[in-house]
Amino acid sequence: MTYDVPLLPGESPDIEQTTATAGEGWPLWEVFVRARRGISHVHIGSLHAPDPESALQNARDVYTRRGEGVSLWVVPSSEIHAFEPEDLVDYVEANEKVYRHATTYDIPDEVGHM
Amino acid sequence: MTPEEHFEAIVAAEDKIEPTDWMPEAYRGTLIRQIAQHAHSEVIGMQPEGNWISRAPTLHRKAILMAKVQDEAGHGLYLYSAAETLGVGRDELQELLHQGKHKYSSIFNYPTLSWADIGAIGWLVDGAAITNQVMLTRCSYGPYSRGMVRICKEESFHQRQGYEILIRLCQGSPEQKAMAQDALDRWWWPSLMMFGPHDTDSTHTEQSMQWKIKRVSNDDLRQQFVDMTVPQADYLGLTMPDPALKWNEERGHYDFGEIDWDEFWTVVKGNGPMNRDRIEHKVRAWDQGEWVREAAATHAAKTSAAAATRLTGAAAAGVGK
Amino acid sequence: MIEPNLPSMPPVLPSANGDRLVFLLACADDNLVLAQRLGEWISNAPELEEDIALGNIALDHLGVARALYTHAGEVEGLGRTEDDLAMRRSEREFMNALLVEQPNGDFAHTMVRSLFFDAYQVELWSDLSDSDDTTLAGIAARALKEARYHLRHSSAWVIRLGDGTEESHRRAQVAVDALWRYTAELFEGGADGYRDRWQKTIEGVLDEGRLTIPEDTYQRSGGRRGFHSEHLGHLLAEMQWMQRSYPGLEW
Repeated sequence: MTYDVPLLPGESPDIEQTTATAGEGWPLWEVFVRARRGISHVHIGSLHAPDPESALQNARDVYTRRGEGVSLWVVPSSEIHAFEPEDLVDYVEANEKVYRHATTYDIPDEVGHM
Repeated sequence: MTPEEHFEAIVAAEDKIEPTDWMPEAYRGTLIRQIAQHAHSEVIGMQPEGNWISRAPTLHRKAILMAKVQDEAGHGLYLYSAAETLGVGRDELQELLHQGKHKYSSIFNYPTLSWADIGAIGWLVDGAAITNQVMLTRCSYGPYSRGMVRICKEESFHQRQGYEILIRLCQGSPEQKAMAQDALDRWWWPSLMMFGPHDTDSTHTEQSMQWKIKRVSNDDLRQQFVDMTVPQADYLGLTMPDPALKWNEERGHYDFGEIDWDEFWTVVKGNGPMNRDRIEHKVRAWDQGEWVREAAATHAAKTSAAAATRLTGAAAAGVGK
Repeated sequence: MIEPNLPSMPPVLPSANGDRLVFLLACADDNLVLAQRLGEWISNAPELEEDIALGNIALDHLGVARALYTHAGEVEGLGRTEDDLAMRRSEREFMNALLVEQPNGDFAHTMVRSLFFDAYQVELWSDLSDSDDTTLAGIAARALKEARYHLRHSSAWVIRLGDGTEESHRRAQVAVDALWRYTAELFEGGADGYRDRWQKTIEGVLDEGRLTIPEDTYQRSGGRRGFHSEHLGHLLAEMQWMQRSYPGLEW
């Protein structure tokens, strides 16, 4: 099955302008699921909902249909703050404190595993 | 390293491009279109199958079919999520679908005329989807590839439920067997058309392959599908509606007849049996739901405004100082 | 050939005193008919998330119906399967409440219908979780969890629509006015406790949704005795079509 249905003459693959304005519909929420005890929440996808209750119910229906999950979080996408990859790389490079890494240290074998 | 070089290095290393990475505009555009059209396909696909929910012959079949269609809606949702990471809203994508500027898999432009069609769709359409989807789990764009991994896990029950329906029919009464044969006669060629035109006629196969959005060519996927499916039809005791279909020992593949490309392009252009109906149905559901969505948004705004007022009121009253 | 069982006995719910088979069939019929109605929303809902939600809820109702039909078949002891009971009984043999066979109407109509039914199911399944019939108690325990979730969903929607826009409020009030007449039947022959708790739940939700209960005391009845509205016949014609057209086959 192909989803890149062929373009007809006159059609272009460029991103189309539409009359729909972003933000008119229900806001976007990010969904986090902890699948089992002992592991952390993982970002699993997103969905649209008008309010937190609806976001939770929808997340349950969409993302835990097969019984995955002991804990479910939903967060409005607008509330997620992020570092760009370059910011993180810059931080690490600028802070060349190699002594933070265990591999820097030489422990004699006789001492055993550390 | 320039951003382009960085991008190309990631792709070459079979690593994943993530939403915040720099990417060529054409890569982003191609992905938006492809992921969105995949999502639209799942959503439109709910119609031909949904057509038989109320008439499923047993409660068991009804439950399975409802679960399958629900899965498909969920897949549409995962895919819209992935598309939205590329900076486009779902509402925008939907409008493109409604306007006919975005397409969906051509197979859903055919009607489901009998219960056997539900079996044929599960067997052939989901079979074809699986052929394609395993490839897509290796797509270079992270959110799409992860969405596909999730989808693939859920997909195998879909094909099996369809095939099982046909086994039952083919082992049943003469009328049931005839129903199954009739469904195969109508769905076989459209299934082959799902894989798109020959690669020599496909305008963007090459670029998509370079960017690792597409990993296998149309013709190779189609051949894979035929090779897998013909023995399955033999098992059912059904005849493929293709006199040229024959095992080729030298090639190690099945030879098969030429697709009716007139029909193919007619459907792609929007003039197939159900193109208008599918979109009209979709648009109608959306339009009729306008007041509902608006009510929900209005209520949410009222509720958060009320909460905010309580907070500021409490602050002003010096509560909690 | 199983003789049609045209019920003429008094309404039986929600009581263990009535004919247990009839009771099981009526509960099953309620859930099957509502599942059939909710299934009609698939690909027609106001938003994709709601297609999934309603599909989920429909599947829940269908699952409960199937469990109840299977148990009813065992209790009856004549070898009737879930499909014999669902697909080969006539509209005069079906004992669902009139409420669930009403057409979907608009989204407000569907949500109000679900609100009324879900609140009733919560009371019913809470009570039956203690049943001496251990199979029924097991079904009730699972159905109760689902019913609570359904009630959460329908009440949240009735509130959103009742206290949403003017248009949604109008449609929700029209739905309440139209469906109220089918609510008394849910409590026929039953313990008053159900009715009172149900009323409290409903009043709470309608209040928050700025909706009012109609003053008109008109109530319909008869579903439990096989006297249905004109809607059930069409619903069954569609649902039973394959089994009636191709009798005795495996699918």
